Amino acid sequence: VSRALSYDAVVIGCGTAGLVAATRLAQGGARVCLVAKGYGSTHLAPGTIDAPIAVGAATPTNWFTDLVASGPLPGYTYELTAAQSLPTAAGALKHSLLVPSTQAPGALAGTTPGVAIVGTPWLRDFQAGLCAANLQVAGLQTRAIEFDWRLDRADANAVHVAHRFDDPRWRERFCDALGRLLSADEQLVGLPAVLGLRDPGGVHADLERRLERSVFEIPTLPPSVPGMRVFEILRAALRKAGGRFVLGAEITGARRDSGDRIVAVTAASAGHDTVYEAESFVLASGGTASGAIEVDSRRSARDRVLGLPLAGLALAVDDQQRSIAAPNVVVAGACLPAESASQIGCSESMAITTGYRAAEVLA
Amino acid sequence: MTDLFELESLRGSLDHCVKCTICETACPVSNVTPLFPGPKYAGPQAERYRSADAPSVDASVDYCSGCGICSQVCPQGVKIAEINSQARAALKSETSVPVRDRVITRPTLLGRLGTPTAKIANAGLRSPLLRAAAERLLGVDRNAAVPEFAGRRFSQWARAHRGPQGRRKIVYFHGCGTEFYEPWEGEKVVAVLEHNGFTVVTPEQDCCGLPLQSSGLFPDARRAVLKLARALDSHLGDPETLIVGNATSCTLMLKREAREILSLEDDPALKRVSERTYDICELLLELHAAGELRTDFSELNETIAYHAPCQQQGHGIGKPALELFALIPGLEVREMDARCCGIAGTYGLKAEKYAIAQEVGRPLFEQVRASGAGTVACDSETCRWQISHNTARASVHPIDYLYRAYGLGVR
Repeated sequence: VSRALSYDAVVIGCGTAGLVAATRLAQGGARVCLVAKGYGSTHLAPGTIDAPIAVGAATPTNWFTDLVASGPLPGYTYELTAAQSLPTAAGALKHSLLVPSTQAPGALAGTTPGVAIVGTPWLRDFQAGLCAANLQVAGLQTRAIEFDWRLDRADANAVHVAHRFDDPRWRERFCDALGRLLSADEQLVGLPAVLGLRDPGGVHADLERRLERSVFEIPTLPPSVPGMRVFEILRAALRKAGGRFVLGAEITGARRDSGDRIVAVTAASAGHDTVYEAESFVLASGGTASGAIEVDSRRSARDRVLGLPLAGLALAVDDQQRSIAAPNVVVAGACLPAESASQIGCSESMAITTGYRAAEVLA
Repeated sequence: MTDLFELESLRGSLDHCVKCTICETACPVSNVTPLFPGPKYAGPQAERYRSADAPSVDASVDYCSGCGICSQVCPQGVKIAEINSQARAALKSETSVPVRDRVITRPTLLGRLGTPTAKIANAGLRSPLLRAAAERLLGVDRNAAVPEFAGRRFSQWARAHRGPQGRRKIVYFHGCGTEFYEPWEGEKVVAVLEHNGFTVVTPEQDCCGLPLQSSGLFPDARRAVLKLARALDSHLGDPETLIVGNATSCTLMLKREAREILSLEDDPALKRVSERTYDICELLLELHAAGELRTDFSELNETIAYHAPCQQQGHGIGKPALELFALIPGLEVREMDARCCGIAGTYGLKAEKYAIAQEVGRPLFEQVRASGAGTVACDSETCRWQISHNTARASVHPIDYLYRAYGLGVR
């Protein structure tokens, strides 16, 4: 009964890799449809990029930073600096290459004599005491400040608190209360990464102005507000480039031509499947964590999305990220084997690099 | 329906929950009120403590609006909203259901009463005194958006209407909103379908049971949806015949929610209806992809806002209205990215939930006001009423723009 929808490229998955690939393809003029079962790892990721992103001679770093700068969150930017160490929620120092402007002042924590780490007992996903104590072990001069932020809820997560920071009147009360607790020699203030979802650049600037100190965000346990911002920025870029976005539709099957090429996939829309035909496909469905690569108790693995062959716990691909069993399927993100040791520690770097490259391969 | 199947399809899905919290980021309700602790907490977590013969563990699940966004964003396919919907029904079966929830969930009954007395009924709905009384006696918030009765029924028009003989037949499911409140929307749907060569059959039909289901009145909801499924199914003899609807939450009810949430997977008539039902924009986009949609659109020099309702997003088809709008020359469309208008069917009418619904909808209302759009296109009637009420802008179904761009209004 169903009539197929038809595109130049169909991208499967809306994590960073899928969104980058779809946006790049759409920017290049392709008719693109992104189909996703649910959200990807963006909402859990800390929003930093900790390993180089490079695709041959291409510069996806500039592309990404420009995308952020011209995106829906004005004043919120990513800048490439030399490797810098930033405090984590557990009070370790982590090297990052590319960090959002709201996290960047954290690089000064190692050289600032007084660093206040501020939290509240009602946000359990960020423990200021733990963070400050561990940073002290690392030799930093930190103090934890915990107080009642008047969140009006006993079980707040980072997103609930970020909505509070979007409200200027709430923010003003918060700054008044915190200002009274900070001592004069504490010139750097670390807060959980909850400084708003609608205008984090503006919220960050407002806090620095009111507190008269440098302020930095520290990524929390999931859900991750900086990761959600990356999603919103990429989602807006895909929309601007004219790409379609279909959420809540799991891929249920694939149709091949007489050879190896996949010519269509079916997705489970309500009541009946929808058929998406395309010249080429980007498989960015995530790895074992998303469930796209399923491992049973005997460690036998399979690709649940398209049923393509694996190599270990990743899709088997050639040197252009093409599936060895379907030349018009290019693979990106966490369902690929990590290309180099430096990428193993940073899935975001891997996602941007391979998503960008997938679009290059198909261009 | 066996318990085992239910375990497999809905409850079974909670085993896939990895507690990633992605649903918590998207829940419109828990992000504005602590009264609903969130989809993960009320769903996969609380569900482990629920059993058929034990009382409900937590009354907070009643504050879930049933918008379904949690299930749409879940990367693991956990049926969070559906699990919560069943938990809410179990809770309601243990406590007494307010008279209000037995009244406002029956649009067919309300429509039959209100249509012949439309002038008086509408005056009553506009009267602050009577609305205050209704709030005290029934718990329907005095400020909530309520539609006005059209005073005529779409089915009367449909019975009298003689359309051209088309190339193929299609069954039209118009729903209660079109029947009693916006019959003109149905007339436009029929005109657009006839313009594209369909013979439109409009069976006699009552409510799909969605309001009953979302208020936890499952036995009544089952009776309603099965009655509707029989009425529609009797026209599906030809395997090529499809059903099309413009009430996007009601088509979703037929397609999936009734089968999953009301545990009616086994009903053969409902299954056929479910598989053959299309949202009007979904159908028109697929026709366009097949080269079968007429594109003789004239220019519409307007700027409009488009809000895709949560239930429309529940179809898993993206936003086909946007693709259709792109075919109309001159039409400038601002896609709203705020998630939910707050009303969630009858949720925002309820006095104890009205303030929550308004807070949920606030970002959308702000976006609409800032968009520079004169009208708001939206696929669901209750969302349209909520948006109009809160933005002072007319809100119409996307089909209106196609109807006008085809020049069907000036015949």
